[in-house]
Amino acid sequence: MTKGMIPRTFDIVVAGGGLVGMAIAWGLVREGRRVAVCDGNDSALRAARGNFGLVWVQGKGGRCLPYAQWSLDSSARWAAFAAQLLRETGVDACVERPGGIELCETPQQLDEGRQLLESLRERDAALDYAVLDNTALRRRIPAASPALAGALYSRNDGHASPLFTLRALHEAFQARGGVYLPDNEVKEVIPRPSHFDVVTPSGMLEAGRVVLAAGLGNARLAPMVGLDAPISPLRGQIMVTEKLAPFLDYPTLVVRQTREGSVMLGDSAEQVGFDDGVSRDVMADIARRARTAFPLLAHARIVRAWGALRIMTPDGLPVYEQSQRYPGAFIAICHSGVTLAAAHADILAPWIAGGPRPRVLEPFVTARFNPSTTHSHV
Amino acid sequence: MFEQLPPGNTETVSIDIDGHGQRVPAHFTVAAALLASGRDACRLSAVSGAPRGPFCMMGVCFDCLVEIDGVPNVQGCMTPVREGMQVRAMQGKARLG
Repeated sequence: MTKGMIPRTFDIVVAGGGLVGMAIAWGLVREGRRVAVCDGNDSALRAARGNFGLVWVQGKGGRCLPYAQWSLDSSARWAAFAAQLLRETGVDACVERPGGIELCETPQQLDEGRQLLESLRERDAALDYAVLDNTALRRRIPAASPALAGALYSRNDGHASPLFTLRALHEAFQARGGVYLPDNEVKEVIPRPSHFDVVTPSGMLEAGRVVLAAGLGNARLAPMVGLDAPISPLRGQIMVTEKLAPFLDYPTLVVRQTREGSVMLGDSAEQVGFDDGVSRDVMADIARRARTAFPLLAHARIVRAWGALRIMTPDGLPVYEQSQRYPGAFIAICHSGVTLAAAHADILAPWIAGGPRPRVLEPFVTARFNPSTTHSHV
Repeated sequence: MFEQLPPGNTETVSIDIDGHGQRVPAHFTVAAALLASGRDACRLSAVSGAPRGPFCMMGVCFDCLVEIDGVPNVQGCMTPVREGMQVRAMQGKARLG
């Protein structure tokens, strides 16, 4: 499509073409809205590159039950979400939900994990779980080490391919008439009385509503529309092995095997500013934990390693908010773009399209970071 | 399919490819030995099971992966032949342990 053919006026412009932005954008075109997505260029920092691919509920929301419920709702929606994407695009997001396993090296880790999951289950019976001793763990995963203390299992967890999910969302969005504008990072959003002007390198777009889903870029964009994005980068490093014959039927927090056979090793967290590189000490620790859990990985060939920057709020919880000063401007911040993709498309998008604000989103506002504001939900 | 240039050095080594002994010039890579022996496919790919063989010959395409002396997924084009080397086709995904 040449520049002259792109319409310049949209119901909604989404800033950010990663998993969060595209899940919302697809949800919006499903609602019949005319939508454009303004994405950055290939060198933009992209959290979607660092996704491990977990659809994870277990252990989330210990200090905020609605976050656990929001994650559970999205996890439960994932199969239908992926099925619709497959129907509309032929692209398989490779979701599987066999339940997820958190491996525990020591009895103390197992006990602490059990206490957290029990405190969640007491508050919501749907957040059930099982404690696996080493024998029970190795019945499910024979390759697990006999030296592990045990594991925690939740049937609510699963995993998917972040790359195929993103590709499916892009194709489904465009198949329904959505306009994707790559290399078009939003420079400025200017609130006007009747609309928003969205300034991009290729010109100005007019939007009835705007959605800030630009990851770390939200920190720069939010103040332009009277919103706040208290976020900082948290680096995660990932290593990937050669494709191996299947040995791991369940996703875990540190190791998961993709449908193609690659094994992803990860679960690091570092505050190193905007450096998305890798470091030897962290990779060594990731490798140590992976081979402690699965001794056969000592012989696996590592073929790629990379770092990516997650988007973290001070308490790790998402933010979904509409600007009070400039209604029609929305912001979405989270660090679980895969887990929450289904809820973003099914529940967040209809609200942004003009529906009522879902009650489940009540806690996810930035007022919780303001000590002078009392907020009963956090 | 390929024709050998007259070798400057006539030294050869014996290697075994999928149970067949071969004498090959000592300066060959494993991928060159595979092609010289008439094998244009040396593996079945890990995802679809399609036949694949040496292509780029410079360490980039990873299509010449073979098992060498028991180690799976070794790049044949980056590995010089050695006397007594055992080369096996990769049948899909690597199996560990």
